[in-house]
Amino acid sequence: MSASPSDPSVVHKRQEQRLVLLLLAPSLAVVGCLLIVPLCWLVWQSVRQDGAFTLAHYARFFSDAVYWTTFLQTFRIAFIVTAVTVLLGYPIAYVAAGASRRWSIFILAMVILPFWTSVLVRAYAWLILLQRRGLVNSVLTDFGLIQNPLALVNNELGTVIATVHILLPFMVLPLYATMQKIPAELTMAGASLGGTPFYVFTRVFLPLSLPGVVAGMVLVFVLTLGFYITPELLGGGRTYMVSMLVSRNIEVYNEWGAASSISIVLLACVFLVFRLASLIIPFERIMGAR
Amino acid sequence: MRFSVSIPVMTAALALSVATASAEQITFVSQGGAYQEAQTKAILNPAAKLLGITINQDSAPDAWPVLKTQAATGKPIWDVIDAPTTICVRGGDQGMVEKLDFSNIPTAASMPAQYKTPYSVAYEFYSSVLAYNKKKFASKAPQTWADFWDVKAFPGTRALRNHPQATMEAALLADGVPADKLYPLDVDRAFKKLEQIKPHITVWWTSGAQSAQLLADGEIDMEMAWNGRVAAVMKEGAPVSFTFNQGLLQETSLCIVKGAPNLETAYKFVNAAMTPDIQANFPAYIDYGPGNPAAYATGKISPERATQMPSAPENAAKQVLVSQAWWASPAGEDAIKRWAGFVQK
Repeated sequence: MSASPSDPSVVHKRQEQRLVLLLLAPSLAVVGCLLIVPLCWLVWQSVRQDGAFTLAHYARFFSDAVYWTTFLQTFRIAFIVTAVTVLLGYPIAYVAAGASRRWSIFILAMVILPFWTSVLVRAYAWLILLQRRGLVNSVLTDFGLIQNPLALVNNELGTVIATVHILLPFMVLPLYATMQKIPAELTMAGASLGGTPFYVFTRVFLPLSLPGVVAGMVLVFVLTLGFYITPELLGGGRTYMVSMLVSRNIEVYNEWGAASSISIVLLACVFLVFRLASLIIPFERIMGAR
Repeated sequence: MRFSVSIPVMTAALALSVATASAEQITFVSQGGAYQEAQTKAILNPAAKLLGITINQDSAPDAWPVLKTQAATGKPIWDVIDAPTTICVRGGDQGMVEKLDFSNIPTAASMPAQYKTPYSVAYEFYSSVLAYNKKKFASKAPQTWADFWDVKAFPGTRALRNHPQATMEAALLADGVPADKLYPLDVDRAFKKLEQIKPHITVWWTSGAQSAQLLADGEIDMEMAWNGRVAAVMKEGAPVSFTFNQGLLQETSLCIVKGAPNLETAYKFVNAAMTPDIQANFPAYIDYGPGNPAAYATGKISPERATQMPSAPENAAKQVLVSQAWWASPAGEDAIKRWAGFVQK
């Protein structure tokens, strides 16, 4: 018997589809109005100049040294921040995953706690800590460890320090989520078969935790690419990241087309990073970190 | 922009709803923040009372893009803009700002010619001055831009604004260009001189608040900063001082939007706002000086207060007036474009 329109199961299914669509409508509207439409507008703006089509805004990437040096510096900072967050985040996640329930909750709480403070406040806090007469330099000078204050801020170093601090949770959480699911029996088995702790770690635990590492790295890398507050406040005016190039083009040069083209290229870079990462582990696992 | 925080004072919609009232009115636009609040008390309220008009306010930290959009629609809603003179001049060149008929603004007649352009009249002055830490330079303080460039005689950390305007002028003054021979700026020479000081610049600041913080926290020992910001830091008791010597006098101007809905009232307002007696109210509310020097002759501004004002005749004589017309010219725009590449390298 073929399914006729009056078939109760088909009618039921249609009703269900309609309901799902209805429930999804608000979020679809939000995504459509606030993401898709502005994005299309951005693309449109990036190829217009005085009411005519142009690729001049994109040509600047090849003709204007500021553009590619800014992208270069942004990618370098993103690489450094990613590397440092892995080195700092991995041990934290490892300890949290191996600790008792109470301790792991405590450690994770410590990692997440700074999340509740505004990024702006944290950036200023680093400024106060790291500046010439800041806490770090005062302590080091008082103990006679240094003669002249170190240049810890108003440069790339200050930017990296604050960015690492702000993005560390994005590394620790996916790492923890992955490590927590690695059965303890596997490492025990490795040990019982005569593997040294180091051997068991490198041959069993580390490979199993790699999806978490990749997920954390992609998140941190992509977020760093778009960072604005830390380089703006702590970079001393010399640390130029892509987001600042966008804002300068609007504030100082009134070049909306140029600003749009930079945003589009940055967006393309982000997609590329996700694409490359998804060759290693599937996209859903990056986002869900399972 | 001197004020990073913008407070949209009133929307255009509100301005339109008031239009039903019979009294004459205009829409006035400034840059928001503490500055707009101060001039509401100092200028706008007295002018409105004098003329019996309603002044609706709007604010835009950067009036340019809005002005452009309004011009494109062909039906502007703004009447009078208070903005950096460059915007008025560039807007005038592009047919978006009214060419002023100065016979309608007799109060500005006595003002120095360089305070006016065909499209604008100087409204208030601020200055990019050399500020320094008094403790660090207790015996001998830097007094000129040549001192600022002299890292041997005046060792210490330095900061400059991350913008070529005033910074390039300072570089040329430091290089020995006489103040009256600055314009048109020798851009190559200025950048060459700036390359010299670049390794010694700790911070290229972007916001006025940042420049104040650098001074207050002792992070830098000397910098170029806006006189109002330095005065605020001094008031808090930080060991900071500044000199008006070789300060770079800059102004914002009043200009009228081309096709302004209330052109006649707009002229009346500009004339009232430039009245010496009303202009003399500025110093009571903010550290920026009146655009009309006749204000200093009204007796409203005490001699002590006048010494702190960038546009007081004695102070103005020590400073250099930045040529907004040059900065609005293609050469000026090219210099601004070249800047990003210079700072980043």
